[in-house]
Amino acid sequence: MENNLTGNAWKFGNNIDTDIIMPSQYLSWPLEESYRLAFEPLRKGFADLVTPGDVIVAGSNFGSGSSREQAAQAIFRMGIRAVIANSYARIFYRNALNIGLYAIECPEAEAIIEEGNRVKIDLDRGVLLNLSTAREASFGPFPQNLRKIMEAGGLVEYMKKRNHQEAR
Amino acid sequence: MAMTLAEKILARKALKKEVAPGELVTVAVDHTMTYDLFCPSVVEAFKEMGFKQVWNPNKIAIIFDHLVPAKNAKEVEHFKVSLAFARAQGITKVHQHDGICHQLLFEKGYSRPGDVILGTDSHTVTTGGVGAFATGIGYTEMASIWGTGEIWLKVPETLRFEIEGELAPGVSAKDLILKIIGDIGHAGATYKAMEFGGTLIGRLSVAQRLTIANMSVEAGAKAGLMAPDEKVLEHYRELGITDFPMLRPDPDAAYRSVSRYDASKLVPMVSCSPAVDNVMPLFEVAGEEVRKAFLGSCTNGRLEDIEMAASLVRGKKIHPKVEMIVTPASRTIYQQAIQSGAVAALVEAGAYVTVPACGLCSGINGGVVADGDTIISSNNRNFLGRMGGPTARVILASPASVAVSALAGKVVDPREYL
Repeated sequence: MENNLTGNAWKFGNNIDTDIIMPSQYLSWPLEESYRLAFEPLRKGFADLVTPGDVIVAGSNFGSGSSREQAAQAIFRMGIRAVIANSYARIFYRNALNIGLYAIECPEAEAIIEEGNRVKIDLDRGVLLNLSTAREASFGPFPQNLRKIMEAGGLVEYMKKRNHQEAR
Repeated sequence: MAMTLAEKILARKALKKEVAPGELVTVAVDHTMTYDLFCPSVVEAFKEMGFKQVWNPNKIAIIFDHLVPAKNAKEVEHFKVSLAFARAQGITKVHQHDGICHQLLFEKGYSRPGDVILGTDSHTVTTGGVGAFATGIGYTEMASIWGTGEIWLKVPETLRFEIEGELAPGVSAKDLILKIIGDIGHAGATYKAMEFGGTLIGRLSVAQRLTIANMSVEAGAKAGLMAPDEKVLEHYRELGITDFPMLRPDPDAAYRSVSRYDASKLVPMVSCSPAVDNVMPLFEVAGEEVRKAFLGSCTNGRLEDIEMAASLVRGKKIHPKVEMIVTPASRTIYQQAIQSGAVAALVEAGAYVTVPACGLCSGINGGVVADGDTIISSNNRNFLGRMGGPTARVILASPASVAVSALAGKVVDPREYL
């Protein structure tokens, strides 16, 4: 698990649902093709604007709606390493952390981060630092059982290790 | 310690005397469900994780519904990968064209009262209507359950909804759940369980209870639960299933909140794009022109929904400008609706019937809505682009409201047509 992430912020509003993040018409496509169309109903061409390491800053109820893991996968695939939101829909939250996309719950972030600001996330201390304005906000630690999965690099890696150990 | 229904189920499956909200528990999973769209991804993750054999092939259902009928070769590939895996693993609960996954979990008895059910779909909450703790997860997590038979869950707080009285004619369970979602908002129950009780619930058919539970996720709920009763028992008895506990919440269980509703005061409700909690009484949009009407989905594609619509359009004509699509939630329902004459009444009125599957609700299959057009629909979501173009307007409503609006070519109140 990395301890620090630094990237530029992209801002989204409240209730960004999974039909917006990954429209159902593209769900049967391979991720390599579909991720480029993520956020199409709201922000066409978004994937082309992202630089690896960027972060999304959003309002409440991010990732609401369907269970489609492609929503989290597409965000991760375009190079976003963390989403910072006021709150999440529960399935998206679980999906994100299971694949190694940091879903950070921080209601103060929206107010202190503007689009394009450079943001540093200190995962150990639970601190967000807006490097463009020097403003800070804190967030709570991840639950212990999720940390184990995150430290392994996601649920696939976690299970892989577990199965490998059992086989020995 | 007194417990809510969700707490009782989770305690039992975690082999504990009691559990409290916030506690992390590892539970044995009673049944899982995944479907065509995501099954290949579950299979891939399962193999990547290093699993060879699923923990129990009898507890896995694989259902084709989102892509049925397939419209291109890419989609057929989803079926092939899924079928090959099922065959190799001895999974026999495979349904290739029998209907929507959530309806089949109920109809076939895969989900029973008191069970913990996990599915790769947010509307897995549907069988909370018969008292199962049923919820949605992603495909990576499903792969780990296929391998281990377990999942960790955080015990949710419970919001209790007490609904007394009777629904007026022309008002249904759909109107009630829309009203509740409008009141608490679409994150009003996030990370929480909703539990429905009161004298109305006992009066409702099991189908209507499933409608309510189905939409609990539109308020963010992890589960939407109702204690099973004689009507639920009857359904499982017919299937020869009797080995489940009749769990009830304790009268003195601790709830995060208790909300009370008087069903007799309810009126037809709608929810308008772009969010499900954008709820208002139907009269506020009455007169608005509609180009399409959809009757179907895991929310409202059951027999009594189709029969309700048929009774309203029988002997009349759908407005010539309206395309009305009827999609039964399962093959069984389709057959019953043919036998009862409901299908004939709808088709003679000018509607057409499609194969039992997710259909238009998933926005993948035919009939999608053009930008700028309005559809009145009995399904569960109206997000941007959900049913076609990003500026298509989706008005969610009850089957009765959908049927009469299709006749009128504009949104109208079903109570005026009774």
